[in-house]
Amino acid sequence: MDKHEIRLSGSGGQGLILAGIILAEAAIIDGKNAVQTQSYGPEARGGASKAEVIISTEKIDFPKVRNCDIFLSLTQKSFDQYGKGIKEDGIIIVDHIVNSQSANNKIYSVPIIDTAVNVIGKPMVVNIVALGVLVALTQIVSKEALEEAVLDRVPKGTEELNKKALEMGYAMGENAKK
Amino acid sequence: MKRKAQLMQGNEACVEGAIAAGMRFFAGYPITPSTEIAEISAEKLPCVGGKFIQMEDEIASMAAIIGASLTGLKSMTATSGPGFSLKQENLGYASISEVPCVVVNVQRGGPSTGLPTSPAQGEIMQARWGTHGDHPVIALTPSSVKETFELTIRAFNLAEKYRMPVILLMDEVIGHMRERVELPEISELEIANRKRPGVSKDAYKPYKADEDLIPPMANFGEGYRYHVTGLVHDETGFPSNSSSVADKLVRRLMDKIETHKDDIIQWEEQNTEDADIVIVSIGGVSRASDTAMKMLRAKGLKVGTFRPITVWPFPEKRLQELAERVKTFVVAEMNLGQMVLEVERIIKDKAEIKRVNKVNGEAVYPEEITAVIEEVL
Repeated sequence: MDKHEIRLSGSGGQGLILAGIILAEAAIIDGKNAVQTQSYGPEARGGASKAEVIISTEKIDFPKVRNCDIFLSLTQKSFDQYGKGIKEDGIIIVDHIVNSQSANNKIYSVPIIDTAVNVIGKPMVVNIVALGVLVALTQIVSKEALEEAVLDRVPKGTEELNKKALEMGYAMGENAKK
Repeated sequence: MKRKAQLMQGNEACVEGAIAAGMRFFAGYPITPSTEIAEISAEKLPCVGGKFIQMEDEIASMAAIIGASLTGLKSMTATSGPGFSLKQENLGYASISEVPCVVVNVQRGGPSTGLPTSPAQGEIMQARWGTHGDHPVIALTPSSVKETFELTIRAFNLAEKYRMPVILLMDEVIGHMRERVELPEISELEIANRKRPGVSKDAYKPYKADEDLIPPMANFGEGYRYHVTGLVHDETGFPSNSSSVADKLVRRLMDKIETHKDDIIQWEEQNTEDADIVIVSIGGVSRASDTAMKMLRAKGLKVGTFRPITVWPFPEKRLQELAERVKTFVVAEMNLGQMVLEVERIIKDKAEIKRVNKVNGEAVYPEEITAVIEEVL
């Protein structure tokens, strides 16, 4: 059985639940089974927010992450709150601003927020940049499926912007692998 | 509706199912974690000629769907715990006036406004006895996104067939979860509609039941003699203080469901043939039970699962049969012990009963169930 558990975390408003949805949809495009769940506080913005995705070639019973293979965190608060229980060979991906330490896991620290805010100039694409990084580093879904899933979900008129965000994220992920 | 494999949320599947079943009226007051049901209904109903109304509160929402259903529209409302409490009075009204409608409750942490974004199953008993007086209840509990689609349709079908409110008792785990589904073609679905009167407009008695104890239902306002009240009433629908009328009405309401239990009750069981231990759970908790069962089976332990799909009426007969040979039942639920009361009532001392309970706003995890079972052994 080929099963992967992914946790995306950050601050409410960064679009990580949408990122989880897109990742799950990409897995379905790849012909796999996927479940997405989320956890967030009552506030619409701020606070720690997480989205979880399980991708498997088989039926998925329990929908929440128990053995996290891939953990993404865009804020210190979410790293501290949700960064526990990562599998021994699991991968951690954090934004540059996160002060991260792990005895067991490989950590990739990437300037995701800075790229969205200062290079692309649109803070709203931070989730798409993050997805690009994550998929380049893990190949959890195919790049083609990811792009199709992103374009299916983003608002009309923002396709080129999101494609650019995805490409820049992907390139940063490839780079971080080296 | 897209027909290929797609990622769909439980709440979204509820609306898809409702519209497929023929829902053409929704009145509600949005509340987490059911909000998407109102939101998507508002978007989709106008596209099929239906109506969506956001009411001033949950009490009015419940009243509105009763009114709309009386005029012939299949109607639904959706809420969570705090709203479900408010709907109880009018749920009783729909019961005694025999108005088909569907009430969705996506359960969250309680009591009161509790934990808005967190799962719970604290309304198992409220669904049964929340409104006062003796009344029948049908409550369905989906445990997947696809089953939410199917059971929403079934909720409408049972409401129409038996002329009564039907509760779709979801929980936040299933309501907010998204998973891969392939929905069936509309042509593959069985859709039931209320029984229409076979007599002239002036001979019609809105509460004169046929042999099956279900009265045919005319649309209010289309010219049939009609009276609707929450008071005890005779066959004409007009109030009565007669003890014999009261006795006959309340008993018929209960018998209407009691005599059709076999048509209504559904459950799912897995690996019960040789099971020493059976996990009993509904809704989101069943997903943890399935994983727990597989973990224990992998260790060679004889564990099965029993999942009531109609939590009301409860699949009593089947549970009694299982209790003849199963040694231990483990009842897992996101409350401090509600469904277990029904299991204890049914099983009595024929088997050992263990509990797994959780009220901290998190889902029940498989390891919490396996831990209790490994203690038993």
